[in-house]
Amino acid sequence: MAILGAINPMLSVGLDGDNAWRLADYVKRGGYVALRRILEQKLPQEYVINEVKKSVLRGRGGAGFPTGLKWSFMPRSFPGDKYVVCNSDEGEPGTFKDRDILRYNPHSVIEGMAIAAFAMGAVRGYNYIHGEVWEIYERFEEAIDEARAAGFLGADILGSGFNFDLFGHHGYGAYICGEETALLESIEGKKGQPRFKPPFPASFGLYGRPTTINNTETFASVPYIINLGGEHYLEAGKANNGGTKLFSVSGHVNRPGNYEIPLGTPFATLLEMAGGIRGGRKLKGCIPGGSSAPVVPAAAMMDCTMDYDSIAKAGSMLGSGAVIVMDETTCMVKALERLSFFYYEESCGQCTPCREGTSWLYKVVHRIEHGQGRPDDLDLLASVTGNIMGRTICALGDAASMPVQSFIKHYRDEFAYHIEQKKCLVPVDVQRAGSGFFTATV
Amino acid sequence: MLTSESLKRIDREIAKYPAEQKQSAVMAALAIAQEEQGWLSSAAIEFVAGYLGMAPIAAYEVASFYNMYDLKPVGKYKVSVCTNLPCMLTGGVDAGEYLKTKLGIGYNETTPDGLITLKEGECMGACGDAPVMIVNNRRMCSWMNPEQIDKLLAELK
Amino acid sequence: MEIEIDGKMAQVPDGSTIMDAAQQVGAYIPHFCYHKKLSIAANCRMCLVQVEKAPKPLPACATPATNGMRVFTHSELAVKAQQGVMEFLLINHPLDCPICDQGGECQLQDLAVGYGNSASRFQEDKRVVFHKDVGPLISMQEMARCIHCTRCVRFGQEIAGVMELGMANRNMHAEIMTFVGRSIDSELSGNMIDLCPVGALTSKPFRYAARSWELGRRKSISPHDSIGANLTVQVKNGVVLRVLPRENEEVNECWISDKERFSYEALNSPARLTRPMVRVDGTLREVDWNSALDYVAHALKDIVATHGGESFAALSSPQATLEELYLLQKLTRGLGSGNVDFRPRRRDFSNDGQLGGIPWLGLRFSEIKDLDAALVVGSFLRKDHPLFAQRLRQLAKNWGQVSMLSVGGDDPLIDLHAQVTVSPADLPLALARVVKAAAQFQGETIPAGLDSVEADATSQAIARSLLERNKRAIFLGNAAEQSPQAAQLHALALELARLTGATCGFIGEAANSVGGHVAKALPTALNADEMFAQPRKAYILLGVEPELDCYNPQQAVAALKEAALVVMLTPFNDGAAREYADVLLPTTPFTETSGTFVNAEGRVQSFNGVVRPLGDARPGWKVLRVLGNLLALPGFDYDSSEQVRAEIVPAGEGFVGGLSNDLERGAWLLADAGEGLQRVTDVPIYFSDPLARRAPALQKTRDAVAPTARMNADTLAAIGVTDGVPVRVRQGTGEAVLTARFDETVPARCVRVAAGHPSTAALGAMFGAINVERA
Ligand SMILES: Cc1cc2nc3c(=O)[nH]c(=O)nc-3n(C[C@H](O)[C@H](O)[C@H](O)COP(=O)(O)O)c2cc1C
Ligand code: SF4
Ligand code: FES
Repeated sequence: MAILGAINPMLSVGLDGDNAWRLADYVKRGGYVALRRILEQKLPQEYVINEVKKSVLRGRGGAGFPTGLKWSFMPRSFPGDKYVVCNSDEGEPGTFKDRDILRYNPHSVIEGMAIAAFAMGAVRGYNYIHGEVWEIYERFEEAIDEARAAGFLGADILGSGFNFDLFGHHGYGAYICGEETALLESIEGKKGQPRFKPPFPASFGLYGRPTTINNTETFASVPYIINLGGEHYLEAGKANNGGTKLFSVSGHVNRPGNYEIPLGTPFATLLEMAGGIRGGRKLKGCIPGGSSAPVVPAAAMMDCTMDYDSIAKAGSMLGSGAVIVMDETTCMVKALERLSFFYYEESCGQCTPCREGTSWLYKVVHRIEHGQGRPDDLDLLASVTGNIMGRTICALGDAASMPVQSFIKHYRDEFAYHIEQKKCLVPVDVQRAGSGFFTATV
Repeated sequence: MLTSESLKRIDREIAKYPAEQKQSAVMAALAIAQEEQGWLSSAAIEFVAGYLGMAPIAAYEVASFYNMYDLKPVGKYKVSVCTNLPCMLTGGVDAGEYLKTKLGIGYNETTPDGLITLKEGECMGACGDAPVMIVNNRRMCSWMNPEQIDKLLAELK
Repeated sequence: MEIEIDGKMAQVPDGSTIMDAAQQVGAYIPHFCYHKKLSIAANCRMCLVQVEKAPKPLPACATPATNGMRVFTHSELAVKAQQGVMEFLLINHPLDCPICDQGGECQLQDLAVGYGNSASRFQEDKRVVFHKDVGPLISMQEMARCIHCTRCVRFGQEIAGVMELGMANRNMHAEIMTFVGRSIDSELSGNMIDLCPVGALTSKPFRYAARSWELGRRKSISPHDSIGANLTVQVKNGVVLRVLPRENEEVNECWISDKERFSYEALNSPARLTRPMVRVDGTLREVDWNSALDYVAHALKDIVATHGGESFAALSSPQATLEELYLLQKLTRGLGSGNVDFRPRRRDFSNDGQLGGIPWLGLRFSEIKDLDAALVVGSFLRKDHPLFAQRLRQLAKNWGQVSMLSVGGDDPLIDLHAQVTVSPADLPLALARVVKAAAQFQGETIPAGLDSVEADATSQAIARSLLERNKRAIFLGNAAEQSPQAAQLHALALELARLTGATCGFIGEAANSVGGHVAKALPTALNADEMFAQPRKAYILLGVEPELDCYNPQQAVAALKEAALVVMLTPFNDGAAREYADVLLPTTPFTETSGTFVNAEGRVQSFNGVVRPLGDARPGWKVLRVLGNLLALPGFDYDSSEQVRAEIVPAGEGFVGGLSNDLERGAWLLADAGEGLQRVTDVPIYFSDPLARRAPALQKTRDAVAPTARMNADTLAAIGVTDGVPVRVRQGTGEAVLTARFDETVPARCVRVAAGHPSTAALGAMFGAINVERA
């Protein structure tokens, strides 16, 4: 089973396993109808952009920026080539939805990109795929070949005169390439170092040309928007939070996996769909939007609905929809230490506050976790994160700081205990039991 | 330096990009070179740079930036274990420890017979299947409990 | 657009940044990665400022100014952000300024003082960064000091045109390095030392020679190529210890070449001649100045009395000062001779007497950036004129189309529009093709002599680029001037200029290639070639080393060996001159004399000595003046070099007058291409003048490897040798054994053998037939 559960599914309709990803299957499910309709009925570019605007589809890559608005930034009358780029670099810890979309429904992304290219007058597209999920990259290459052979990609698509070609580009182990301008640098054959913005990709993107970058899930949603109509798509979710969304649930739940639910669905429902907390234990906290999002303590989390606005009100971010569930066996210091290591390791090294700051943060948290914390460390961490946030080239600096700030804010006692007692508040054997490595069966 | 098979694959990658943007194929070309030779020697990096018309140091920047490239020889099998938070919560760190004990090596070390190199990886985008590990950058192994790991090790010979 | 910075209003054009605006109103914003000549990286984050309505501080270097924007560079928010960045920069930086070579001139140190020492909050282990060996010029001994501003990397990519340094790895392990142990070989590399805001990249020759505050700073002018780069020469206890660029946007911008930066080492060389020497009974003996000059005056007088004025000839280096050149020709003419010249590497003088004025660049350096197209004919551009090449590189990067007709396929590191590489003998033909194409495009009658010339596609592409758009220029390089068909090339270039509306000019071989004309150091009888082809009884050589600096060293040295009197005015006593010179008079290099250079654009640049003459060495102009007095010649009563200059150029004049590349003839005949193997001769950058040749660090660079015999695969095969095999190279009566090298850029039926090096000094002419066989 591809997607473990769904309420009012769209993206996951008809995906019943690893064998329905081919073009024929997709067409059977109603695939490429949207593209065909646009081209055959010669619908204007504005029509497409307007439908997407009406749908209030918000970017599924993390920032939740309205997609229709983003598309409207592309200069119409630019004389040279323009590009659309799909961000399948999915490296945010906790996120694994794009992998499943590409694994089970790659043509939805191809069709979405083709529609986007049509709407913005782009001639070429690239899909940047996380290097670690290699078989997904290979499958996508195959899907592109299928689509090209069937006339959905290439020159004169479906005899309409519209040209658009699409290629896969794989990453090779750098989280930062999920950041859109680092991703562009990476496609250009360079280190994935983010660019300073402005200029934004819509005016200076890939090879210096106007470029629009969207997340895999964002593109995958586009055919459904065109088929359903923007308004209906919006209604599937809640006001200002159009449509359904895939949530990747990981951590201490019985059935970790992807779930498609309408935006606005209560967190409790999602937790239930994921089989609840393992071993009947209690929820301790949850990172609702991927590792960069601030952690939310259990009680506040249980009050949330899963949409951009509700999660923001709880002081966090919906981000990429990666729900990392932590139960009471979790040592919050150790959890933060691992996240801090991640950001330290993945900093591109370009700008001073991030390069120096992330290593400083990690070293201090590491010290605390290893029983060498000092009384003023927590203030130091707060101050260092303050000196990173908002002062870096890209948002990785913020992403590294928010976990530190939120973990300390919500679990300060546990950190203080660590510093004073030089050990975890949650006994180590309890932590180990929580992981279930030696006990769980698949 | 590289086999004609590899060069053909690289040419296919080059064809994905506008003619004056050969450099775009550097990541793929380095990956192909590494696949063929097991790791990226400086000679291989220099060759790829020359093939794509870029400065050797520019290719080196790329090779040293992305962590799936190996700039030092590794064992016949490179096993990267994800220990990031979501995996850690469901046994990723334990899986790494288990492998260390089984193989008698630490992270970034290779078994004395040159068979297996153990690496600690970052999030592989498969947290729902934790613990996960990747063999030789290509094969993702999911839900790795002790039994599964034993099976994997028995298979890697 | 109007923007307010700290309450001051600035008017800036569209596309300006906050940093631009701040500089305009004189508000200083701290920064490290920003550099006005480099692309914007915005990575150091030191320049964070507060902008009204922006929730976060913004980097001034990268944030576009918008109309009505209000910026606060020293508000609490801004200063807090800057302090935060400074703390981050210092946490891993060694805090041992007192032992750092950059101490006293470190931007990090300067700014850190202002932001207090807050690094004490960092209690962890500091980053360890290993040192690197990147060659003889740049020290990367202390890379832990690097702050990752990437100025050096961007310099390579953008200014030098070659990416030799990169930032490898990522996160806090990001590290500046070359590709696995390679050296840095760019001829502009030293500028990275200046750009490095900390003590990570430092000058290897200068390392720990002095602290910056102990150094006196004096202005000077580069004596090497025809750009006339402005220099700051730093001295301590009367010794030159360092040379840095002095910014002059119109000349060298803020750069100098490595030759200009590191040649100073030769000034302190043990090979310096510090006392006059006279040959007595076959050996050179030190004497005092009076005896030496008396000896010279008497000998000259005798020879001229016996054999006539025409038995005397004088040859100067084109790097002599205007004043020296002027006095030398005055002395020569005073002795009744017309044999004076300053163009030792020239062969074809047939345009002498036809020139419409003083040959020059044809435009000002600062106009290059506005060109739409440029054609360079016969130049090893990057090594002959590093800064000129740099300007064309920027031009090509922006919108200009740069094309080259050359005799060696060296990569100029310029994004060329078109390039043709031919045997030196075919260079006129290659240019004629472009002329023909231009005439055809313009529908003009085909110039006589070009009927049978065929314009191929490349020539047409070049001609077309010169015809389109507005400002175009044609430049003749050193190889074009040194060619035995220099006059033809000049005439063809003029015709092309006429047809296309481009300017035509000479890049110029050396610091005073224009100045020599201004000083009238030109023959009215025998020129630089003839004075050796028809040996004279007596010679004065000013700053030239004929075995290395002449078009045909074999011929020159033979004549000198036969001469009754050879007087050398030179700063050095270690050359081949010891074999044929009768008198060595120790003259001073540029740092120990006052004088004037007139650069390729006609700019008059005078300078003073920066240190006292070494030992008994004396400025050349003074030596010539005294000689004039001793020879009782009229008009040699000068008290200062300024008095000499006043006789040549009007005081206060910025540029010389009378510049023109016109010729008083229009017709030409294309000579037949030479028979057999042809020699391609470059003068490698560090063999090109007596100072560079004696600078130890420069001599350890890749550019200073000993000459080889470079040939393409066909030529190697025809001779029956392979790469690495020794070959015997013969010209005239001389020969040299060199290593054969495969070089695919050498044109067919050519052998590239460098001049300016002792190992090839026995050979003959720089161009023409050459014989190569297995040794
Ligand atoms: C450090 C960092 C990592 C990111 N990683 C991803 C990612 O893996 N996938 C993704 O789609 N967007 C990622 N983003 C967001 C992208 O920059 C970009 O906003 C997004 O791809 C836009 O697509 P959307 O509008 O469809 O969401 C990341 C951003 C940052 C700052
Ligand atoms: S914030 Fe970090 S990842 Fe982003 S540009 Fe700066 S150093 Fe690179
Ligand atoms: S000077 Fe602006 S970020 Fe470095």
